[in-house]
Amino acid sequence: MSGARNLSAALRRARVPRPRIALRPTCSQTPQATAARSFTVSSTVRADREIKFTSDAYPNVKRNPNFAELTPEHVTYFKELLGSQSAVIDGVSTDAGDDIEPFNSDWMRKYRGHTRLVLKPQSTEEVSKVLKYCNENKLAVVPQGGNTGLVGGSVPVFDEIVVNTSRMNNIRAFDQASGVLVADAGVILEVADQYLAERDHLFPLDLGAKGSCHIGGNVSTNAGGLRLLRYGSLHGSVLGLEAVLPDGTIVDALSTLRKNNTGYDLKQLFIGSEGTIGLITGVSIQCPPRPKAVNVAYFGLESFEQVQRAYLEAKGQLSEILSAFELMDGRSQRLVQDSTGNKQPIEGEYPFYCLIETSGSNAEHDMAKLETFLENVMGEGIVADGVLAQDETQFQALWRWREGITESLSHLGGTYKYDVSIPLSELYQLVEDCKQRLTEKGFVGDDDSFPVRAVVGYGHMGDSNLHLNVAVRRYDKEVEKAIEPWVYEWIQKRQGSISAEHGLGIAKRDYIGYSQNETMVKLMKQLKNLYDPNGIMNPYKYI
Amino acid sequence: MSALRILVPVKRVIDYAIKPRINKAQTGVETTGVKHSMNPFDELSVEEAVRLRQRGEDKSSPVKVENILALSAGGPKTPDVLRTAMAMGADRAFHIDVPEGADGGPEPLTIAKMLRGVVEKENINLVLLGKQAIDGDQGQTGQMLAGLLGWPQATQASKVDIKDEAGTVEVTHEVDGGVETLRAKLPMIITTDLRLNEPRYASLPNIMKAKKKPLEKKTLADFGVEDTRRLKTLKVTEPPARKGGGKVEDVDGLVSKLKELGAL
Repeated sequence: MSGARNLSAALRRARVPRPRIALRPTCSQTPQATAARSFTVSSTVRADREIKFTSDAYPNVKRNPNFAELTPEHVTYFKELLGSQSAVIDGVSTDAGDDIEPFNSDWMRKYRGHTRLVLKPQSTEEVSKVLKYCNENKLAVVPQGGNTGLVGGSVPVFDEIVVNTSRMNNIRAFDQASGVLVADAGVILEVADQYLAERDHLFPLDLGAKGSCHIGGNVSTNAGGLRLLRYGSLHGSVLGLEAVLPDGTIVDALSTLRKNNTGYDLKQLFIGSEGTIGLITGVSIQCPPRPKAVNVAYFGLESFEQVQRAYLEAKGQLSEILSAFELMDGRSQRLVQDSTGNKQPIEGEYPFYCLIETSGSNAEHDMAKLETFLENVMGEGIVADGVLAQDETQFQALWRWREGITESLSHLGGTYKYDVSIPLSELYQLVEDCKQRLTEKGFVGDDDSFPVRAVVGYGHMGDSNLHLNVAVRRYDKEVEKAIEPWVYEWIQKRQGSISAEHGLGIAKRDYIGYSQNETMVKLMKQLKNLYDPNGIMNPYKYI
Repeated sequence: MSALRILVPVKRVIDYAIKPRINKAQTGVETTGVKHSMNPFDELSVEEAVRLRQRGEDKSSPVKVENILALSAGGPKTPDVLRTAMAMGADRAFHIDVPEGADGGPEPLTIAKMLRGVVEKENINLVLLGKQAIDGDQGQTGQMLAGLLGWPQATQASKVDIKDEAGTVEVTHEVDGGVETLRAKLPMIITTDLRLNEPRYASLPNIMKAKKKPLEKKTLADFGVEDTRRLKTLKVTEPPARKGGGKVEDVDGLVSKLKELGAL
């Protein structure tokens, strides 16, 4: 299956490695998207079309004149330094053409840079020398892992040098007793998880792009994913890091200790900083034992109040075995049904659906707990109807009702997507308010004269993380104006986050002010200037 | 024909989506700690039985269903699949207690003889079986049972239609290059194939109800059968691992490689 997966699709838990180039249309959600263009429904047409340069899509972003232009001398230095032929893709002294293009654009075909040089160092020392040289020569750099990001953070904007971690792909150590894995930044997430599976452990992060994304990239973007509810954020599970600062300093914080209260916890600076202050070269991470028993149930519920009650009950009664609690509204499930033609697991329509997953060590014990919980929520009338997967096939099928939302949306047209974090009690209010606002403005309707098809909400209920999606028949400047910045202001009023798990990159760099106050942004800029005074690390993005 | 009394034998097998591993002694596949579920073909049989009842109730089928009996032979975890069958709509269940082992359980003939006993004791007039179990892949039980009972059989059904009150049944099954429609009179044996229907999910209310439905424990001896074995599994091995391919630089390289391998 080679579908386009936009935005949160990459957080799906699909086991299929995702192709780098999406074949179906993915639609730009950038605020700068030009007014009222309609889509072609045919998939191949769009795939062949050239991706717009980010520098054209963001005309207000100008190349920093302090950065040097790449010369053949620079390239010669890098070739001598890295030795191997495959370590350098040289578009400066040769025409690298198609070889360099995959590094210049993202898989959603939304962002495209002008880089002419890709470096693939194989060791931390090589990274150190590369960055040191770049810093001294004022050459801008974009650290890049599997290039599966959703906000354009891993692709260059202008001619920044791409430093790709794909050749740093060794698993360095694994300790069976403590469950600590130490690996190079360029190890693919799925490879790491397979390695751990053979040793009865699990990588504490799971997302749709697992077949391509690198763990270094996951850490530097602080990826969330489907199991965050259970295994927590990478800020907790990452025990240590090895990173290189722009001046070539190797920061060896590759601790394997769970406890270490000595000094500032500097590794945290690199987690989620999207390569703006240093390049992560190695990760040490705490891995839990692999669960032996996994169950999935799918519910229909009458109201968002009931969803909240179900969540509280699930937390209370399933506590340590609860591994996912996902929310899908009725409209999102109808869209999946319309696009896949699959029969819904539950008869009758409900305004809300939930998917609950449990993972534990003992199947009987888990089932006993789950059944008590199910009897309870059914008996109390919290859940109106539901099903329980009886085998692996049904397990996968139920998950597809959650994971298939993004893909279904992409089949039906374009989508304005917002990945937000809001306090749980008001989580769904944003969808209601947004729908009302767009309906009042006369944008929403059932036939083609209305630009908006549906306003849907779904997401990681357990993490207070909502994906607000406005499915549109065509991109329309007026619709966009009606949503932004209204949606950001709405979130700001509730002290929410405008980017819960997708990061800032280039897509959201202008909106950080809605979730961080001036002092915070100032402190962040100070940190950036302290470690990267020349600003060569992943410029034009983040803050 | 007054009403249908349907027997649906089901088998608990290693889940279809799980890759089986061979045990260390190479006598069978590893079953401990591996996820088991109902044999997918048996799910289709249960679903079809439940649909026959629904069609009888809404009068789209001329014959009503009086009772659906699910049955499974196996070890102490066998009731799991019987509860699933009852959650899908079976009315009651028999668990034939057979000790678990790596030897794959009783042979099809033993099972067929036991089923004959059940059919006779429970006055069954339609047996819906999966065409095969995905663990042993023998695909014999339905046919043997038909032979033992002297009943008509329709195998690999992709459509089942009860035509009249006298119990005339039309069964469509797929053959090479098309479909074949068979007609027979009840009582009969039908084995099910993948395109017959789409099995339903076990809903929570029905899972609860299934717990209260009767599940009786029986033995092979209750039906006058002994677990005799005619076959002995000597060894089970994995298929040879696929060897990795190699890369050639250009057409000349390809040609010389092919020559080297004796393909040209």
